[in-house]
Amino acid sequence: MTPRLAPVAPATRRPAAWRRRDRRWGWVFVGPQVIGMLLFILGPFLASLVLAFASWDGLTELKWVGWANFADQLGDELLLRSIVNTLLIAVITVPIGLGLSLLIAVALQNLRTRSLYLVLFFAPVVTSTVAVAMIWQQLFRSDGVLSSVIASTLHIDPPDWLGDPHLALISVCIVTIWMSVGLNTVIFLAGLQGVSPSVLEAAQLDGAGPWSLLTRIRMPLISPIIFFSTIVAFISSLQTFDTVFVLTSDAGPDNATRTIVYHIYDLGFGRFEFGPSSAASVILLMLTLVITGLQFTAQKRFVHYESD
Amino acid sequence: MATLEGVAPVRATSGRRGRDLRKLLLHLVLLAAGLAMVFPFVWMLLTSFKALPQLLDEPLSFLPNPWTIDNYVQAWTSVPFGQAYLNSAYICLLSVAGTLVTASMAGYAFARIEFRGAKVLFVVFLATQMIPKQVTLIPFYLLMTKFGWVDSHLSLIVPAMLVNPFAVFLMRQFVLTLPRELEEAARVDGCGRWRMFWRIVLPNLRPGLAALAIIVALDVWNNFLFPLVLLNTPDLFTVPLLLTSFRGQFGTINYGLVMAASAIDTIPMLIAFVIGQRKIIDSLATSGLGGR
Repeated sequence: MTPRLAPVAPATRRPAAWRRRDRRWGWVFVGPQVIGMLLFILGPFLASLVLAFASWDGLTELKWVGWANFADQLGDELLLRSIVNTLLIAVITVPIGLGLSLLIAVALQNLRTRSLYLVLFFAPVVTSTVAVAMIWQQLFRSDGVLSSVIASTLHIDPPDWLGDPHLALISVCIVTIWMSVGLNTVIFLAGLQGVSPSVLEAAQLDGAGPWSLLTRIRMPLISPIIFFSTIVAFISSLQTFDTVFVLTSDAGPDNATRTIVYHIYDLGFGRFEFGPSSAASVILLMLTLVITGLQFTAQKRFVHYESD
Repeated sequence: MATLEGVAPVRATSGRRGRDLRKLLLHLVLLAAGLAMVFPFVWMLLTSFKALPQLLDEPLSFLPNPWTIDNYVQAWTSVPFGQAYLNSAYICLLSVAGTLVTASMAGYAFARIEFRGAKVLFVVFLATQMIPKQVTLIPFYLLMTKFGWVDSHLSLIVPAMLVNPFAVFLMRQFVLTLPRELEEAARVDGCGRWRMFWRIVLPNLRPGLAALAIIVALDVWNNFLFPLVLLNTPDLFTVPLLLTSFRGQFGTINYGLVMAASAIDTIPMLIAFVIGQRKIIDSLATSGLGGR
């Protein structure tokens, strides 16, 4: 290897033989992940797009049905209800969850005992969703602790958390927020560490109160992180499944908590209608893309980047 | 914080007392909120030690009286919990080990090696993060049927080892933070790419690898939908999947049993969390920030 001494950018300083070999090494290094990507993500993904136009139960002959699956699905009251429920869960849990997380993060920011509190808020994050849902199912029982406390302190008939269709969806939202508030809190805390104390002090000297410090200084400064967390939270609530499968026992009562992913699961593995199930997955994908796209459009107005 | 502390004595004493009061109030509010957060776990434990008659008290009593471990005995013996722990543990271990190797290799290539198609490929890896896993559920299941991997742990382990676009992205970010000089020096010494990766890059990536290991382990351990669809034999079940054997029993009177089963699932995880809290919280914050 004879190094050619040309004092240019580091990438081009490399000897030609090294660069030639790199072309091969690159593919060797990404090889395993590329194989996995083709086999387990892109392949199934494309198959899903194809299956959405077919009628198949996995056993009998596959039949092409064109757009019929989509027409059926979009006219299906169950899918529409799943979409509405999923969007409701997202619209309720994302702002409340992120809002709470932000408040907690600001409250914890300057405390020396911060990590003590964090352990309490973070515990649900490391617990499996199934266990979380199992525990809350018992808390929400009509003879459970929440009802017992409400009955003995407020002297009213306790609500039927999981039996009432509207309350069941609210219960799912409560559990979802409880599970995720700790994670977003630590993410916001990490972001707030980057806000320089001198900026806050200057604003304080100018007479800014706690509320305007939060909304005028801190939130704009960490808005890229808020934006990123919003997208992640939104996408993950579009994928709600574990909670409704366990907490409200198969998306009950009477499909009141049926979500899109539960719908996909039910069509595919409850009824073995792979075509319609795939069509529903494509609809989920579209919904995800459209909502993320909308959020990226909104970002231009609300998100403030350092370089601005 | 330190500067604010230093400024304090200059202020009027009444202002200071007001600040102390506000701080006390803040602690009270946070403590109440924190206790509310862990209340479900506390109630789970208390209920799991109660015998049936106590669950019918009106209003419910707080402490078990008498304390009993019958629920634990029954939960542990009625389903194969020990086996499920073994299953989850080794699925987790292999998935994490595989991901660490393949994702750091790919992340290194995307960060440092110039090869044809690298840019397009990286965009593909970024874009596939947008595809919800559930969208591929049906074809993935059919593929596993073809492979004969349904009702086998291979269907969970092999895909987890081989593909994780987020892990690749995260490792690329970590590699980018390493000083290039390390590799330049090794290259001058005649070290090739392969040896450079294993001897120079990987050891320096240790903090990143630890963070990724925690993220992937939690993800695999808590994974539910795919094991639910792919596994049928109870002896093969993972811990969360096995726990659902107790699901939907909110008609049953003895829910102390359900709480004991939930405790068997959650308590080891919570203990592990308390021991490694700092590292775990930091790792998840890193991943939540997209590796920034």
